[in-house]
Amino acid sequence: MTANQNTIARQFIESIPHAGALGLTVTHIGDGTAEIVMPYNPRLIGDPDTGVIHGGAVSALMDTCGGAAVISHPQSPGGTATIGLRIDYMRAATPGQSITARATCHHITRSVAFVRAIATDDDTDRPVATATGTFTVEEA
Amino acid sequence: MRRPPEPVQVVKQRRDAALHALVGGVPYIQFLGIRFDRRGDELTGLLPYDDKLIGNPLLPAIHGGVTAAFLEVTAIITLSWAWLWEDIESGKLKLSDLESGQLPRLPKTIDFSTDYLRTGLPRDAYARARVTRSGRRYASVHAQAWQDNHDRPFAECSAHFLMPRSDG
Repeated sequence: MTANQNTIARQFIESIPHAGALGLTVTHIGDGTAEIVMPYNPRLIGDPDTGVIHGGAVSALMDTCGGAAVISHPQSPGGTATIGLRIDYMRAATPGQSITARATCHHITRSVAFVRAIATDDDTDRPVATATGTFTVEEA
Repeated sequence: MRRPPEPVQVVKQRRDAALHALVGGVPYIQFLGIRFDRRGDELTGLLPYDDKLIGNPLLPAIHGGVTAAFLEVTAIITLSWAWLWEDIESGKLKLSDLESGQLPRLPKTIDFSTDYLRTGLPRDAYARARVTRSGRRYASVHAQAWQDNHDRPFAECSAHFLMPRSDG
């Protein structure tokens, strides 16, 4: 992907209505990898006692980041949709901290793209969640 | 002598208050706009369409992450509901505690796997979950979501949950 294509991909991701609702920012995209940040937001809390973000919001972040990694792959025609996504939740994200997802499209065929992703908060040595996903490969 | 049955409105008020407390207390469920329909102990999740749920503006289609979140919320609420049912019915869970936001600890998601079967269309979606195994420490839950036609689900999930310790 050229720098210009990366800018277009970033703008495309950030123009997704639900990405906007979550306040997502693309901090890196290109060559089959993407990094997206979701700022802490009280509206996304899943456990009111602790202020921990709901797993569903982490799923949405992982899914967006996985799709971004796929469309940024040099062999991608530019479009994608999720086929399957599995997420393991290792621990609760620390309340008040943003969550960063990093996804890699590690293999792509004419039909299917394979993705690994990891989500962390400020303590980057202890992942909040990991994910593996499969995505379609299609024209934008 | 047998106790006379409780008046139906008392039973309904207690169950609806418990469900309302369970669902209404979670900001993220309100953020997505998810509601629950109750028929006896059976719950159906309802995700009314909203523009902010869109993930692909060109099609347009509901965001895959929203679909996963809807399934996860339906799975957790259904599992919690089944787990709390006896305590709600016996009165061990006090209605006043629930209404003041004193919720028992809820199950935690261990892992969550979503299959996307069809495009989520820009309209209302529904989901139901089934607890396939409920143990003392772990539970397995399967959930399915559909839109216009119940026989054509657009996504399903299977998930594992860590149950709260019953002593605390």
